Amino acid sequence: MVVATLSPSVYARLDGSLQRSSSVTARNVTALRSAYWLLLVSGFFEPLLYLLTIGYGLGTMIGRIPVGDGQTVKYAVYVAPAMLASSAMTGALAESTFNFFGKMKFQKTFDSVLATPVRPMEIAFGELWWAMFRGALYSAAFLVIMVFMHLTSSLWALIALPATLLVGFTFGAVGMALSTFMRSWQDFDVVATVQVALFLFSATFAPLSAFHQAWLRVLIQCSPLYQSVALLRGITLGRPTAGLLVHVAYLAVLMMVCLFIAARRMHKQLLK
Amino acid sequence: MSGALAVLNYNLVGYRRTWRGSALTSFVLPVLFVLGFGVAVGSYVNTGQLGGGTYLAYLAPGMIASTAMQVAFGESTWPIQTKFTWVRTYHAMIAAPLAIRDLVFGDMTFLVLRVVSSSAVFLFVTSLFGAVHSWWAIGVLPACGLLGVAIAAPVFAFTATMDSSTNYFAFLQRFIVIPMSLFAGVFYPISKLPVFLQPLAWASPLWHAVEICRAATHTNHGSLWALLGHVAYLLLWAVVGLWLALRQYRRRLSD
Repeated sequence: MVVATLSPSVYARLDGSLQRSSSVTARNVTALRSAYWLLLVSGFFEPLLYLLTIGYGLGTMIGRIPVGDGQTVKYAVYVAPAMLASSAMTGALAESTFNFFGKMKFQKTFDSVLATPVRPMEIAFGELWWAMFRGALYSAAFLVIMVFMHLTSSLWALIALPATLLVGFTFGAVGMALSTFMRSWQDFDVVATVQVALFLFSATFAPLSAFHQAWLRVLIQCSPLYQSVALLRGITLGRPTAGLLVHVAYLAVLMMVCLFIAARRMHKQLLK
Repeated sequence: MSGALAVLNYNLVGYRRTWRGSALTSFVLPVLFVLGFGVAVGSYVNTGQLGGGTYLAYLAPGMIASTAMQVAFGESTWPIQTKFTWVRTYHAMIAAPLAIRDLVFGDMTFLVLRVVSSSAVFLFVTSLFGAVHSWWAIGVLPACGLLGVAIAAPVFAFTATMDSSTNYFAFLQRFIVIPMSLFAGVFYPISKLPVFLQPLAWASPLWHAVEICRAATHTNHGSLWALLGHVAYLLLWAVVGLWLALRQYRRRLSD
């Protein structure tokens, strides 16, 4: 209904805005060098390694894992969606923290972009499209492997793909918002450490019930990666419940808040 | 010798200002892994196949060695390249009365100190979790120091051939270091690997260091000959690596 009442000039503005933010994405694609492409592709290698060595290797010494409602699954089946979610997170965060920060502070890429009609919010969106594209590449490849290894069915894999995009989009926004607070490269050590903590404790390798302290379980459930893993695990196991919508809502809200913070702070820092 | 000490001193002075960042990554990360895998995942592992004992006790020595490898790798890539390329510290150093071997041995000594001190902290933390069973566990420290040289020396040589646009460290990390940390018997015995992958584990320096560390922290120390074999293999990597590093440093800095 809101759309219907928008005047034509607002349409034109939205259209221009979309065009300008996609130019920011196009810049990233153009700037790709051959070695960087290889690195981009190799990012997909890591979750696969974890799936093979931990999911299958360590899995030989681990019994079935409970996934609620009295059901249990093989360890590899349990770990696979978690690797899917964390690879979406890693791809999006790599692009939106390290690379984004470099462009903002050192390469002065955004200063030159702002000399054109592009505005900070449009840079934020353009960079986010790019982070999401990278995440989508990893996710799609990993889902294909999961189908081949009978860790999910092809139908559920198709449904999981947009969910991984949401995960990538959310972590892209989180990373961008964080980057505006960074002072130096050393601060990224903290980001990397938190990222590893999320990777290890978000019901990725061990179910929530492995943690005996109630406060710890609550803390884990608040983590964005936990929400992502729970969403993707529900889908790839073929167990759609209304609870999955809660995870979707959590991620969507987090993404909007972070986008808002990122755009606001970029406005302040870049348009001095 | 005094030249190498001067280079070591240069590193120590710099480290006084940057140790906080490295303390975070080389200490907090492994502790997270020990808690996440050792304790949480460990509660689901059927430890009967590991010769009794908790999974944490099995994992801890492996994690210490694996972390030693990561620290050695980290210290021998970007920081060393910075000295060749961006800051050109090495060029300044050889303009002073320092020989190429002073640079290699001075930097390597600093690296060993970094590796051994982070291993010591890690060993102490795991002992708080009850993963250490005898005083022989101190043997973990020289083993990690030796592993550090075995890993870092060939990487020094590799880094010496890189210029600012060809740093392939991320590839090395993704295709060698991380696979090694997953396949070299840190998380489970390599007999669980597919047969065709087992020779890769035997060839990796990490597996040999893991075996030494495990023998040191467990009550069953294994045979002395096996231990000596592991030490000899690591020494081989260290000596050949140092020879390569000296050669590449000479080539790079002779212009």
